[in-house]
Amino acid sequence: MATHTHTAAAHDDHDHKPHGWRRWVFSTNHKDIGTMYLVFACTMFFVGGTMALIVRAELFQPGLQFVDPQFFNSMTSMHALVMIFGAIMPAWVGLANWLIPMQIGAPDMALPRLNNLSFWILPFAFMLLLGTLFVPGGAPAGGWTMYPPLALQAGDSFPMMIFAVHLMGISSVLGAINVVVTVMNMRAPGLNLLRMPLFVWTWLITAYLLVAVMPVLAGAVTMLLTDHYFGTSFFAASGGGDPVMFQHIFWFFGHPEVYIMILPAFGVVSEIIPAFSRKPLFGYESMVYATAAIGFLSFIVWAHHMFTVGMPLAGQLFFMLATMLISVPTGVKIFNWCATMTKGSLSFEPPMLFAIAFLFLFTIGGFSGLMLAIVPADFQYQDSYFVVAHFHYVLVPGSLFAIIGAVYYWLPKWVGRMYDQKLATVHFWLSAIFVNVLFFPQHFLGLAGMPRRIPDYATQFADWNMVSSIGAFGFGFSQLLLPFIIIKCLRSGAPAPARAWDGAHGLEWELPSPAPFHSWEVPPSAAVIERGAEH
Amino acid sequence: MIRTMYKSGTALAAVLLAQFVAPAHAASGWGELNMPVGVTELSKKIYGLHMMIFWWCVAIGVFVFGWMIWAMVSFRRSKGAVANTAMLHSTKAEIIWTLIPVGILVLMTVPAARVLIDIEDARNTELTIKVTGYQWKWQYEYLGTDVGFYSTLAHESNAARQLQSGIDPRSVPNYLLDVDNPLVVPAGTKVRLLLTAQDVIHSWWVPDFGMKKDAIPGLVNEMWIKVDADKTGRYRGQCAELCGRDHGFMPVVVDVMSKEDFESWLAARKAAQQQAALAANRNPSIS
Repeated sequence: MATHTHTAAAHDDHDHKPHGWRRWVFSTNHKDIGTMYLVFACTMFFVGGTMALIVRAELFQPGLQFVDPQFFNSMTSMHALVMIFGAIMPAWVGLANWLIPMQIGAPDMALPRLNNLSFWILPFAFMLLLGTLFVPGGAPAGGWTMYPPLALQAGDSFPMMIFAVHLMGISSVLGAINVVVTVMNMRAPGLNLLRMPLFVWTWLITAYLLVAVMPVLAGAVTMLLTDHYFGTSFFAASGGGDPVMFQHIFWFFGHPEVYIMILPAFGVVSEIIPAFSRKPLFGYESMVYATAAIGFLSFIVWAHHMFTVGMPLAGQLFFMLATMLISVPTGVKIFNWCATMTKGSLSFEPPMLFAIAFLFLFTIGGFSGLMLAIVPADFQYQDSYFVVAHFHYVLVPGSLFAIIGAVYYWLPKWVGRMYDQKLATVHFWLSAIFVNVLFFPQHFLGLAGMPRRIPDYATQFADWNMVSSIGAFGFGFSQLLLPFIIIKCLRSGAPAPARAWDGAHGLEWELPSPAPFHSWEVPPSAAVIERGAEH
Repeated sequence: MIRTMYKSGTALAAVLLAQFVAPAHAASGWGELNMPVGVTELSKKIYGLHMMIFWWCVAIGVFVFGWMIWAMVSFRRSKGAVANTAMLHSTKAEIIWTLIPVGILVLMTVPAARVLIDIEDARNTELTIKVTGYQWKWQYEYLGTDVGFYSTLAHESNAARQLQSGIDPRSVPNYLLDVDNPLVVPAGTKVRLLLTAQDVIHSWWVPDFGMKKDAIPGLVNEMWIKVDADKTGRYRGQCAELCGRDHGFMPVVVDVMSKEDFESWLAARKAAQQQAALAANRNPSIS
């Protein structure tokens, strides 16, 4: 009897959680919060995707068929805000929540209540942001970059957008602080920094970038707010302000933001490729240093987003050189991944397929990025569809494919069941083909002279726009397979072993599947760390 | 057999390649693949830089993608590949693949910097035109003369671009790329443009001139164009910076005339403007 009570108590300790809505609203558990982040991100991905499809439907042929130009501008602006702040960033925070404690041998995140807060801010932020669709004057239509003076012409949506951005910023900073504190303080004894998995490393650097730049964005939008309502003229030329200053401040946030969205993807790919090559990551330390170098360089290249505003020659040269330098550490990463596959024993399960597509297509995005760095050529590319193609190549087959790859890689660990790999492979091929049909022709459109953010176009752009729109609908509808596969896996997936992939290394694979509610209540032993920390 | 296949393969590749590198002034949309070479001194240099960096990317791409494909083909577990788990890193390889990209970057930077210096050299211009962006039209003023006018989307395009207008855009000549009063510049002359805006930021872009530059309220930006003497004709572009509801509907159209034609055009324009002013003075109720 006594033994029985003892086991029950122990069991209670391990798996104690409130049931019903309390479990989620009051959650301080890294896995539940991670799940909420991922579900939120997935929802926003489909909301933002619907907006993109409205854009591509209007652009299917020349002439205005469906929407007013103002609403079209709202759709492009909101699509970007929702995808960046609602889909990609929360998805990364969700993955960080799920994985970092398991990967460093910790029971949970260091600051669980802060964790709860940083998630629950988001639904309110997005109620504000999406609420702008229903206010007089319509949703923000001045682009996600919010350049004044145009942004100041918005109606009632303006303060709602600003406060939504403030809230997202607070959420991100709190999440980032949590990651830094967790990684710095909660690692299992013996797991020193240079033995951490690369996903933890890339997230650590991402977290520092977030803490550094989200307040800059908050400052910029607050100045917009006071320009609009309190008579300041930070950015109003009529009052002695400078509209270009906003762009400098915005992109000082905006460029590190780009890396905030891509560095964790580097981490994920650095985990998946070794696992399915059955071979440790090549050049682990140079990967860490390259990530840090990219993080540093991201602070000194911002003006390459605005070469056409008129800058001194020296400034243009500096930002050109600094931007081109980024391709060096990025190249190191690409070469290291190639070297990891070399002399491996490769198999092509869904996570590996997404990682390889990342390798190919992110590299294409890197090439167009290098072209954009060449200032004189940028005078042609800037604000054309070439730019649209470039950043979608790094964000969709870049960040998004890495997120999907991560879900397919760790899902068996999270839920203890294997998903339908055949269906996931179909999902991969549909995504990989349509993403190119969607975005590759946009290079041609931009080079031929089509500006971005226009609801209608001259007839010589008609053919490739039609192709791009077909790709968009194909890509968008293919993504419905992702929630379908996950739900099917939850309902009827076959049980997955603790090490769901035979080549997977890392402390998370040393835990049973599904992972227990509290990850490592007892720190892993030196032997387990040794086995897990093989890179 | 194999030989014919090889031959037709190379022929096909050559056609595709020619398509890709051909300058895009074909009227058909499928041929619009590349940046136009353009008609100005700078546009050709910019096109040259663009093609240089493009071929560098192709070369690097052949190497990197070749490596990836080779690895994926050669080291498959399904073909019995066994992983070499001792292959952890190689300082030599890592130094090589850091230094070679740096070298390539230097090779790219030097010509880019040269062109940039040319672009920024706006000395010795013979004519200055002030370009002002408005929501949603352009104003052109020939500094030193009284000549100035607004340039807005042509009526036909404007009718066709209304929501569900029922007019087929393909039936409208130069749909969305036509204006009532095009800017007129002389060929073979270094023309300075001073760009500013009245309300929000706009950007003045003619792809055939190789450049765009932002027109920003409260600031004056500068760019220069020198169209080849023999390249008279009409060139078209659009506003490139999101400027509100009708951002897509403020085209830039430039008539490039020979110097003589330009002088007579300017004289006629001056006379017309003076006459209009006189008429306004004589009959103030009109103004």
